[in-house]
Amino acid sequence: MAPLAGCLQGLSMLRLRKIGKQFENGTTALSEVNLEIAPRAIVSVVGASGSGKSTLLRIISGLEAPTTGELFWHGLPIDGPRRDIGFIFQEPRLMPWLTVTANVRLGLGPIQQGKGRRRLSLLHQKASANSESLAHDLVSEAIRRVGLDRFAYAFPRELSGGMAQRVAIARALVARPSLILLDEPFSALDAVNRLKLQNHLLKLWETDRPTLLIVTHDVEEALVFGDRVIVLNGDPGRIKDDYLIELPRPRNRIGPEFQYWKETILKSLDPSLV
Amino acid sequence: MAGPSAFTKAAADTSSSGISQTLFSVAWARWRSAFLGLLIPTILVAAWEILVRLGQIDGSLFSSPALIVSELSKLIANGALLQHLESTFFRIVAGFAIGVLAATLLGALTGFSKLGRQLLDPLLQSLRSIPSMAWVPLFILWLGINENSKICLIALGVFFPVYLNLMNGVQNVDRKLVEVGLATGFHGVQLMRTIVLPASLPAYLVGLRQGLALGWMFVVAAEIMGASRGLGYLLIDGEATGRPAIMFSAVILFAICGKLTDSVLVGLSERWLRWQDVYKG
Repeated sequence: MAPLAGCLQGLSMLRLRKIGKQFENGTTALSEVNLEIAPRAIVSVVGASGSGKSTLLRIISGLEAPTTGELFWHGLPIDGPRRDIGFIFQEPRLMPWLTVTANVRLGLGPIQQGKGRRRLSLLHQKASANSESLAHDLVSEAIRRVGLDRFAYAFPRELSGGMAQRVAIARALVARPSLILLDEPFSALDAVNRLKLQNHLLKLWETDRPTLLIVTHDVEEALVFGDRVIVLNGDPGRIKDDYLIELPRPRNRIGPEFQYWKETILKSLDPSLV
Repeated sequence: MAGPSAFTKAAADTSSSGISQTLFSVAWARWRSAFLGLLIPTILVAAWEILVRLGQIDGSLFSSPALIVSELSKLIANGALLQHLESTFFRIVAGFAIGVLAATLLGALTGFSKLGRQLLDPLLQSLRSIPSMAWVPLFILWLGINENSKICLIALGVFFPVYLNLMNGVQNVDRKLVEVGLATGFHGVQLMRTIVLPASLPAYLVGLRQGLALGWMFVVAAEIMGASRGLGYLLIDGEATGRPAIMFSAVILFAICGKLTDSVLVGLSERWLRWQDVYKG
């Protein structure tokens, strides 16, 4: 049995063990959260506001440390932000002084920012010229994939809300992370843009299938994306239910099965609702 | 044949007068603000000149504008003015550079690092509450009446506004933007250079302008306390030799130099902050 257990453990890219988070003011945001996430899956986390779902994402991203428990990334403990974990925030969070291209380039991390800033030996210069052209290709590819080629040199103030969020998506995709964390990524958009961008993101996901962990308060959004939908219960945040959604993609938002799941999850969120 | 050609000629006339009219209105819009800004000073200067000539104002206290202009042109002709300007500019440039350098390093440090702030800020804040002129005798004692003490005094004046604005600017950088940097692996100096400093640039530039204004204030103080050259010396010399026209010349030159150097910073700000999405009024 032991080798099999080892194999199974190898399948989970991210493992959370008894994660708890208590803030300095004494409120407990998360308590005893256990979670395993397999590669190439889409996992949605739903919960009312204040259920600790954003805190959960921030802990996985390394932006915040848990008070108790452990996190493992491919079997190794996580101790800070990593470049192979991307983050898409609720707001675009673009640097207003940088063009779209330079903003997307930030996603490549610190080593790819210098443009001939460092003086290196000839060999290094050649290598850095190569990595420079690679970085350039990655950035323009990411911008093309979100359909913003025409705005590559625009400044954030010249973009609409939906376009800005697409730049944020490109910034998260550019380093080709194997896990992307999304914190209510579409909640600030209008209904039409939200639908468009949800479909767009799913299409982008199809090409290299990174693992997505989406936090949302929108049950329908959770179902459009998730192979799994996890329901977080608030105060303190715990995993209440964990549903496997085996519906074919693209998901039919008005099909009876979709509606069934929607009802089930809403009931789990608040039994008094349905 | 005469009819149509006369007609086209007339049409050409109207259109060319139309063009010149538009050109005129563009030029007018451009010069209008300059004109409006100069209107009241011109009237005041004219009134001043007339009142001095009529003997309504004492010319030995308020030299007539014509006398000031003639004194100024004498100073230009014998090359003295250039020497005074050179000295003053050398002092202000050196003092500004030293003050800005120190303020930038310390302001970035105390803004970015809590430990740095706890260690240094109380000390710097208490030094700031010493009236700057109180340093004058000490600087003279330590450094003598020479360029060093003057430049130090100017640097001290420049330091505090730049330091305070940068520290506050760094501390008030949007946490959300910093998180973007942290989440993509930036930290320490790289985070500072890529995100924190550009984000605090607007506050920093305000600090530079305030610092420059104080720099001009301190250059006067420094040159009054003992100098043989410079605009401040010109002022004192005019007083000692009973030549108010010279004093007025120095004051006017201070105004012009201060305004010009400030415009340089304003121009740089506009260039560097073009990305800002702001209401310009």
